[in-house]
Amino acid sequence: MPANLLVPTALRGFTDRKAEISLEGATVGALLESLVSLYPDIRPHLFDERGALRGFINVFVGEENVRGTGGLDTPVADGASVMVVPAIAGGAFGR
Amino acid sequence: MTGIIPDGRLADLTREELVRYSRHLLLPEVGVEGQKRLKASRVLIVGTGGLGAPLALYLAAAGVGTLGLVDCDLVEASNLQRQVIFGTRDLDRPKTAAAADRLKALNPGITVNTYNMRLTSRNALAVIGDYDVVADGTDNYPSRYLVGDACVFLKKPDVYASIFQFEGQATVFDAERGPCYRCLYPSPPPPGLVPSCGEGGVMGVLPGILGTIQAAEVIKLIVGGGRPLIGRLHIVDAWLMRTVDVKLDKNPDCPVCGKSPTITELVDYEQFCGLGDDRGEEVPSVTAGELKSRLDAGDRVQVIDIREPHERSLFRFGGAVPVPFGQLVRRMDEFDPSADLVFICKIGQRSLYAIRALREAGYGGPMFNLKDGVNAWAREVDPDLDAY
Repeated sequence: MPANLLVPTALRGFTDRKAEISLEGATVGALLESLVSLYPDIRPHLFDERGALRGFINVFVGEENVRGTGGLDTPVADGASVMVVPAIAGGAFGR
Repeated sequence: MTGIIPDGRLADLTREELVRYSRHLLLPEVGVEGQKRLKASRVLIVGTGGLGAPLALYLAAAGVGTLGLVDCDLVEASNLQRQVIFGTRDLDRPKTAAAADRLKALNPGITVNTYNMRLTSRNALAVIGDYDVVADGTDNYPSRYLVGDACVFLKKPDVYASIFQFEGQATVFDAERGPCYRCLYPSPPPPGLVPSCGEGGVMGVLPGILGTIQAAEVIKLIVGGGRPLIGRLHIVDAWLMRTVDVKLDKNPDCPVCGKSPTITELVDYEQFCGLGDDRGEEVPSVTAGELKSRLDAGDRVQVIDIREPHERSLFRFGGAVPVPFGQLVRRMDEFDPSADLVFICKIGQRSLYAIRALREAGYGGPMFNLKDGVNAWAREVDPDLDAY
């Protein structure tokens, strides 16, 4: 059974406006790779050049931030809810 | 949990105040003592915009004794869709002055201090130091990190909310009791990566929802009690009307509030957020006038409109190939590498990032950015079209 990825508003432009996507992946890293293979434009927004999660992106499995549970190796149980939470600031960017 | 206002600062309530605040006094969790704490409290609201408007209105109504308002902007017509503290007659007035007038009319018993300026590394500690609580309603990353760091150094709670389109986040950063802003977001997005509300839009009521959540958190911190949003991030998607709470942990390696901090004073936040880098020079650009001449001359130019479909309907750019920003890499095979591609968006920001993203994905053909976007085209080339 796949996991349910919740896509934040700020990244829906890369997922054809989809807010929830059902994806396969035993770990957070594998799950995000299946997302990137469907929507390659999202890759630089999630990962840096070395493949690490960017500092303004948090991923939660259930209520837990994966930064504290093994990062991209964090296991994802069948049917789990995985949420991407980016830094947002609103307003006029760059002022 | 006790409130953050020391007993020594409390003063009696007047007879008028007992009447005005009676609905608070009836709550056993607030009562006369809680209302006295509100009266003695000093709250700084940074940013008098979409979030600052409901924050200031509700905190003034609630009897917060001293409110500080920081903003350097004037009221613009496009603010009025959500910044409900202003009216049409306030257009072109400084936001702090217009807001102060409204707050004094709402509650003449409180003091409103206005700071018609930008909060910077030079003035932030002095301004924030005068207050008990900071509510951050700013609209940019440098200010977020500045407010967050300053609150850690001064040991003040930073009541945080931010919004984008239909989604908002709220929490209370209090490094004495939980994580700080940098624990959650160690580094900011590079400029241009995340579109602004000025480009991406925002549902007008969204800052109303998040700003009132901030006001509730401020009141709880002052009165003491309840369950503050410390160590939790409250996420609201107003389009799906779905709210989610996730846990936030303090990062023991946080450079500001961790066990061995490496940042112990305010820094240059524009530089930290990459705004000092002139990366724009890497990307060749054309002005609206130049693009017009090249199109008229029949040059081999392919215009790629990276705006979203609803934006294109606001302003049609004839002859352009529509490929939304979020599909560029997926669809780069559709581009003609022997033609000069000119990327267009609303103001020339997203198109810059589009070109960088395509380069990183390996596209080899020549690419140009339409400087200042289709809004410049509307101003300089085709006055029949309206900028939006």
